[in-house]
Amino acid sequence: MDVFLQTVVAGVLKGGLYTLIGIGMTLIMGVMGIINLAHGQLMMLAMYVTFVLNTMGVDPYVSLFVAMPLLFLLGVVIQKFLLNPLIKVETILPENQVLMTVGIGMVLTEIARFVFSSDYKYITTDYSNRTFYLGKISFSVALTIAFGIALVFTAAMFWFLLKTDLGRSIRATAQDKDAATLMGVNTGRITVITFGLGSGLVAAAGCLLAPVYYIFPDIGGPFTAKAFIITILGGLGSTVGAIFGGVTLGLAESLGATYLGMEYEDIVGLTIFILVLLFLPGGFKRLTKV
Amino acid sequence: MLKVSGIDVFYGDLQVLWDVSFVVRDKEIVVLVGANGAGKSTTLKTISGLLKPRKGSIEFDGVRLDHLAPDRVIGQGVVHVPEARRLFREMSVEENLIMGSLSPEAKKKRYETMDWVYQLFPRMKERRKQPAGTMSGGEQQMCAIGRGLMALPKILMFDEPSLGLSPILVQEVFEIAKRINKEGVTVMLVEQNVRQTLAMCDRAYVLENGRVVLEGTGKDLTNNAHVKEAYLGI
Ligand SMILES: Nc1ncnc2c1ncn2[C@@H]1O[C@H](COP(=O)(O)OP(=O)(O)O)[C@@H](O)[C@H]1O
Ligand SMILES: [Mg+2]
Repeated sequence: MDVFLQTVVAGVLKGGLYTLIGIGMTLIMGVMGIINLAHGQLMMLAMYVTFVLNTMGVDPYVSLFVAMPLLFLLGVVIQKFLLNPLIKVETILPENQVLMTVGIGMVLTEIARFVFSSDYKYITTDYSNRTFYLGKISFSVALTIAFGIALVFTAAMFWFLLKTDLGRSIRATAQDKDAATLMGVNTGRITVITFGLGSGLVAAAGCLLAPVYYIFPDIGGPFTAKAFIITILGGLGSTVGAIFGGVTLGLAESLGATYLGMEYEDIVGLTIFILVLLFLPGGFKRLTKV
Repeated sequence: MLKVSGIDVFYGDLQVLWDVSFVVRDKEIVVLVGANGAGKSTTLKTISGLLKPRKGSIEFDGVRLDHLAPDRVIGQGVVHVPEARRLFREMSVEENLIMGSLSPEAKKKRYETMDWVYQLFPRMKERRKQPAGTMSGGEQQMCAIGRGLMALPKILMFDEPSLGLSPILVQEVFEIAKRINKEGVTVMLVEQNVRQTLAMCDRAYVLENGRVVLEGTGKDLTNNAHVKEAYLGI
């Protein structure tokens, strides 16, 4: 029982971070109708920002406030100058934007390799390996803080999407782009802001993950895959779904690692992914309706 | 005054409007009637900037609408209630109304205008928390009109508001259009429902295969031989 509880706790904590990764991807999916296959690579970049700042003695949780705006800006630039121009070119399929994100992901990875080499980097903080206990269940301090911050960002994101005109305009653009235009929404600008937000959120996840993970250029790919799984689980474009998707993936990986073995962690996620595609093609959105 | 002058409009290489011209004067109710596929929706989409004319011009109160970005047109007081409502389906009625009032002036009076819309459509007040996509066709049409009113329009353009509604509701929607007009809003109506709209309008234009073929007062057109034969089935 203790092992099970421990596993669930670890899974939920990880799920909080996954939610942050998934919501960004989901927003982009909802508004632009494309999968951002550079999502994990953007997170990788944020991790290196955290790493560099850490060599100068800056705490990862402080780096958050540097990495997020930086990645927001990078996201804005990517959408404005690399993705939006593709829409204007006639006879080009929407898939071309997805291909572009693949290219962007590769470029980011190779830039990181060029600058930092392929070596694994670590950020060691005095809380990296610390744990505390509630009863017999141990909590990683870093992951618990990460979970708390992820929760705050997720809540703030929901407040923004539900309660501000800009947030409503983002949702409106996702639901009906032409109707949003008729209401005076500059949908081109909305896509740029959305990509910026998605990048900023995944940057936050990168900073929060940095103290407990190793950092290397190819870390982006697997996290892009995770983001994709979360988005599919949540039902393409549903932000509430992304929370379900994130926590489900966290739990599944955690349970898989405990009961099947560490090496099965990723397989469990991918298996669930395939099962959902086969049996619940709308993702959890079909069940939650939001 | 809305002045459409000699516009040619294309979808890619396919020309849909040929040299279309008409005017809508302040406080008028003008209808553009035509069969399915005549180019009515295309005309409205061009006025509201979703499509750009390849030739000709569109002016409203002296401003060239065809030179504006599509999201700037509503700021000129030119508001388009699109065909098939096009509500934000997953948003509540209230949020849809809010989405109609994004411009600075409309936003300032947002809740005032909302009260007025709720007065006009008490039904919308009851349903204000309900997702717009789950309402009946008639309710959705009210919501779409309400959303348009939230922008404080000088001219409100309705694209087939009677589409898919029962005869009683059609009557109600046209009554609402008249009432909005009485409150000082210019109304442009695009319809296939020729008989009823000709009876309520000041003037009308007949669009056939992308060309304006007839114009006149509602009464003149109701008595026109071609209109009688082609649209009124007499
Ligand atoms: N998005 C589009 N792409 C290509 N052709 C279109 C498109 N929308 C409408 N058309 C064509 O343009 C013509 C006019 O359509 P429309 O303006 O919707 O007519 P109406 O509103 O009078 O029924 C029709 O022949 C229709 O097939
Ligand atoms: Mg039409």
